[in-house]
Amino acid sequence: MANQYWKTLTTPLIGENPITLQILGICSALAVTTALDTALVMAAAVTSVMALSGASVSLLRNYLPRSVRIIVQITIIASLVIIVDQILKAYAFEISKRLSVFVGLIITNCIVLGRAEGFAMHNGVAASVLDGIGNGLGYGVILVIVGSIREFLGNGSLLGYQILIPTSQGGGFEPLELMLLPPSAFFIIGGIIWLIRKRRPEQMELPEYRIQTGAEGPRP
Amino acid sequence: MTDVLGLLLRAVFVENLALSFFLGMCTFLAVSKRVETAVGVGVAMIVVQTATVPINNLIYTNLLAPGALAWAGLGDVDLTFLSLIAFIGVIAAMVQVLEMTLEFHVPKLHRQLGIFLPLITVNCAILGGTLFMVERAYTFTESVVYGFGTGTGWALAIVMLAAIRERLKYSDIPDGLRGLGITFVVAGLMSLGFMAFSGIG
Repeated sequence: MANQYWKTLTTPLIGENPITLQILGICSALAVTTALDTALVMAAAVTSVMALSGASVSLLRNYLPRSVRIIVQITIIASLVIIVDQILKAYAFEISKRLSVFVGLIITNCIVLGRAEGFAMHNGVAASVLDGIGNGLGYGVILVIVGSIREFLGNGSLLGYQILIPTSQGGGFEPLELMLLPPSAFFIIGGIIWLIRKRRPEQMELPEYRIQTGAEGPRP
Repeated sequence: MTDVLGLLLRAVFVENLALSFFLGMCTFLAVSKRVETAVGVGVAMIVVQTATVPINNLIYTNLLAPGALAWAGLGDVDLTFLSLIAFIGVIAAMVQVLEMTLEFHVPKLHRQLGIFLPLITVNCAILGGTLFMVERAYTFTESVVYGFGTGTGWALAIVMLAAIRERLKYSDIPDGLRGLGITFVVAGLMSLGFMAFSGIG
């Protein structure tokens, strides 16, 4: 049993990563990753919302009529997000300003609703909490990787500490401004997906068309 | 008049919700395999966005904003903390109403949109449009233009991506990049292209 819980927690990290395999929650993954600290705060916010929403939805699962379940789930998630938003505004105002609308957008982050609907509706409380944490961490891992690459190459710093000194201040590092602009996030996540699928060929998508090689000869 | 036109252009191109704010990405990547479905989802998006942003604007300015309840004699009540839950409720209700209206009056369009209408409730571009409207304190007229503009911009982006992906089906892509990976790269290139508009002040 403990083994099964461990599996629920760890498979979403790489094996079934919400971003690279399930295509869930990509919006915020791209938008908040220009710096590592916003990426970390966002990952923590999403993980806690997911753990709590998993628990509440799972507790209610036997009392919810099917027809209204989505509305109830959205309401639960929205209330949790409001709590997170208020906490961030109270204790980390500067970062919550930089995250701007993206904290509110956790409500429509498909990971949260997707896991509530796909997992918490059919499983016990403990398993749902672990699934929420696992998926939140899987999401966080990608966010942290993308955030570090973008902040390091775009600014030469990590978490605000200058590691490489840019040429404008007499150092030898030329900041890659593209990294701070939206397109780079797409390229980095595309690259991460490529790497993961290279290591785990079972995740590859089957081609709709095959280019015919000469050896096969013409089709009859 | 030029202000309205400028806002419209900015919402469609410069601040394209999909390509520069990454909103509605899940739908953007998941239903862009074919141009026909992309057009359906795009139209649904324009309709819902043009309706919800102004409605949420009215609700925010008349009920939720600090001091907005002065007309009811409750000038010192601040309900902003309720705004997220109110907005998502309005969006879900709007989508439901729209679905019923379309089913009754324009059954043909309703059939074409099919599953995409309910899906739009959880599309972050809709909620994102509303939240940006609040953050930038648009007036009612501006919010109508902004809603229509962002919806159009998003629809434009998804139709273009779908068209590119239809062509990509025939190309020889490295195994690991096939499908989702190459779609990300294509979206990145499109976003790079849209950045050219940022020069239009």
